[in-house]
Amino acid sequence: MVKIETSRCSIEYRILMPGDWDMLKNFRVLDLTSEEGLLCGKILADLGADVIKVERPGGDSARNRGPFYKNMPDPEKSLFWYALNANKRGITLNIESSDGREIVKKLIQHADCVVESFPVGYMKNIGLDYPSIKKINIKIIMTSISPFGQEGPYRDYRASDIVCMAMGGFLYLCGDPDRPPVGISLPHAYFFAGGDAAAATMIAYYHREQTGEGQWIDISIQQSVALTSFNSVPWWELSQVIQKRMAPFRLAGPHGGLVLRQTWPCKDGFINFIMGSGVFGAKTNRLLTEWMDKEAMAPEFMKKMDWNKLDATTMTQEFVREFDEYAGRFFLSHTMEELYEGAIRRGMQLYPVSNCRALAESPQLRDRGFWEEVDHPELGSTITYPGAWVRMSEAKCNIRRRAPLIGEHNQEVYKGELGLSDEELGILKEAGVI
Amino acid sequence: MKEKEEKKEILEGLKVVDFGWAVAAPAICWYLAAHGATVVRVESSTRPDVYRVSAPYKDRKPGLNRGGFFAYPNVNKLSITLNLNLPQGIEIAKKIVTWSDVVVDNFRVGPMEKWGLGYEDLKKIKPGIIMLRTTNQGLTGPHNAHPGWGWQLVGLSGISNLSGWPDREPLSFGMPYTDVIAPRFGVAALMAALVYRNKTGKGQLIDLSQLETAIQFIAPAMLHYFVNNEEGKRIGNSSPYAVPHGVFRCKGEDRWCAISVFTDEEWQGFCEVIGNPVWVEDQKFRLLLDRKKNEEELNRLIEGWTIQHTAEEVMVLMQAAGVPAGVVKNGKDVFEDPQLNQRDYFWTLDHSEMGPFAHLGQPFRLSETPAKPRLPAPCLGEHSEYVCTKLLGMSDKEFVELLAMGTFE
Repeated sequence: MVKIETSRCSIEYRILMPGDWDMLKNFRVLDLTSEEGLLCGKILADLGADVIKVERPGGDSARNRGPFYKNMPDPEKSLFWYALNANKRGITLNIESSDGREIVKKLIQHADCVVESFPVGYMKNIGLDYPSIKKINIKIIMTSISPFGQEGPYRDYRASDIVCMAMGGFLYLCGDPDRPPVGISLPHAYFFAGGDAAAATMIAYYHREQTGEGQWIDISIQQSVALTSFNSVPWWELSQVIQKRMAPFRLAGPHGGLVLRQTWPCKDGFINFIMGSGVFGAKTNRLLTEWMDKEAMAPEFMKKMDWNKLDATTMTQEFVREFDEYAGRFFLSHTMEELYEGAIRRGMQLYPVSNCRALAESPQLRDRGFWEEVDHPELGSTITYPGAWVRMSEAKCNIRRRAPLIGEHNQEVYKGELGLSDEELGILKEAGVI
Repeated sequence: MKEKEEKKEILEGLKVVDFGWAVAAPAICWYLAAHGATVVRVESSTRPDVYRVSAPYKDRKPGLNRGGFFAYPNVNKLSITLNLNLPQGIEIAKKIVTWSDVVVDNFRVGPMEKWGLGYEDLKKIKPGIIMLRTTNQGLTGPHNAHPGWGWQLVGLSGISNLSGWPDREPLSFGMPYTDVIAPRFGVAALMAALVYRNKTGKGQLIDLSQLETAIQFIAPAMLHYFVNNEEGKRIGNSSPYAVPHGVFRCKGEDRWCAISVFTDEEWQGFCEVIGNPVWVEDQKFRLLLDRKKNEEELNRLIEGWTIQHTAEEVMVLMQAAGVPAGVVKNGKDVFEDPQLNQRDYFWTLDHSEMGPFAHLGQPFRLSETPAKPRLPAPCLGEHSEYVCTKLLGMSDKEFVELLAMGTFE
């Protein structure tokens, strides 16, 4: 055991050795997804599952997503692909061909879970829907990810990430009032669904271990996004208030009548600071005032303020405006690093708006050993990855292998596990099945 | 998928203590409660959850049991109030831990240890316990105790900087964004730990840093930085490889529809829907590369058409032509969404102070053991007596004595 002592707690961790990814060691997942669902298999693989990414011959379309290694567009150099498929093995297979379908059925016999993100009805058309694969493997868990779910009036609607973000209520809440709603420059609707798919699959696995019963999991990307509406829906349901986008501010006050600034410019970038009221903000507001006063930048009204008595129900927008003027001036006179470092020292709730570089250099993430060097022998180099998203005292969730190359594990799986001969593999290769 | 009412719920019998606050930990327990686990929320009446004291309130009358933000995701849970500054309050907390399989909290590092409820303490009280602790930045490291909200962590995580318009500041979000990222990872890890416990008898500590889960959502941009030494760019609503791709103004006040066109077929369908105006034949828009070059002009021309139609009409017309499109739904639209309602997404339950209230439903459905609504969100301390006498087996007399000492405050 190793003991980690900090000023506030001590934690004991078992020393984990390579090979300690045993928590889900015997859980095998066939990952038939593309962009919409890749994160599901990644999360399960991080937890130790044996995830086999099944791609169409030539490689999955998500390999075309940028950015690329050294900015060279190439299906073997997609950084998007690398990030979402590390820890998986990879095979190619045309599941629409008769031979391919037989092979996938054999794989399903030995699998615990199939994850897919094809359009609704596709799996049925090729004879691989849940009732069919349940006949092959009664305990199988099938996790289906689709934009709006397997049933309902929108089930056949086409979607993209931005459409899912719009339909789940997230997009409307974001952006400047003078422009259209605006979102995130990465496919987060798909990531939300991938995260939910992993959570649901694990719930189903827990059940299967106790009862032997498998299931079909119906993930709606729209519903996965709709968790982001947990403020806007109650605003409507209870107060008939439609929550609007108001960057860089946020809605506050007893009936949503106040706006508070969230993002503030500073000397070399931006920070995130929210003036909280009552007990939630008193300490931070007091510490900020003291800090400003030390630099002769605090006005009298802030110095005289009893921050414990700042009450959201009586606070006026005029007060907020005055506060913003002085606090804003103070933030502008400091760099992001100065402000964050000072906030940490004082215990104030203030955060930088980080870019990738700031994260790469974060002492916190470095101390936690978050970044991992992953070997890419075919590139002749190593690449730094965001590592384990969880620390578990009984399991290791780090990156143990880079994402698979196209068909990298065909031999291992088809020959080693299914017992196909070199000759058969040759025929299937020429026929475009693998 | 047919529901089988007679069946046991999937997590029935699983016992969870939720020491949560605001969103991150309560949301993890929300998935479990929805699927049948018995979840006891431990609260304080002297320092109630921030979401119990946040608007919107039913009938606009403030009250600890009238807040929508609290009620919405706390469906199916029980609430006990405990004064953890009293030794007997801590004693009861420890008894609840002994009763439980799983403890979840999102306090920053410090308070749980102070109360003797850190992992090292809990595993002595209950061998095999699984404790999931989700903090802003993890249990260890120089910033492990730095306080903050999900509203702010989105800035630290790098997500803000990769969101919004290229010519404007990084995006401020309309909700505490990282609070809805971490729970999905947390549930996956927690369930894996439960399977492992059932096999081996071993419990464990799960240290879930909300920052580290949020960075998984920008992983491609991090790799881009490390490999190519470039920062990712904010690209508004555009796509690097699809045009048109964006959000277009429609008829009515602040109404918008998202449209994205990826293939030639979708472009043809799109042109037909808008009535094949002369300009679609223009060299400037014929090919994807042309459209990318003239994207701004194209978007303006498209808006000339969308503005004449409601967002719903635009969506329906585009979808009929095979073009991905969707209304940019506000809170009211989501609440009234035909798809969500057809799928029974919202769980309307009769809340004792709020009356019928639509609670938040689950993002997925399990065919054999679907999640089910059982209880409306609890009033503050509503189940203190139930938890003590029924779950912990305390006598009525003992409960009343503790009550008189102010234990349940």
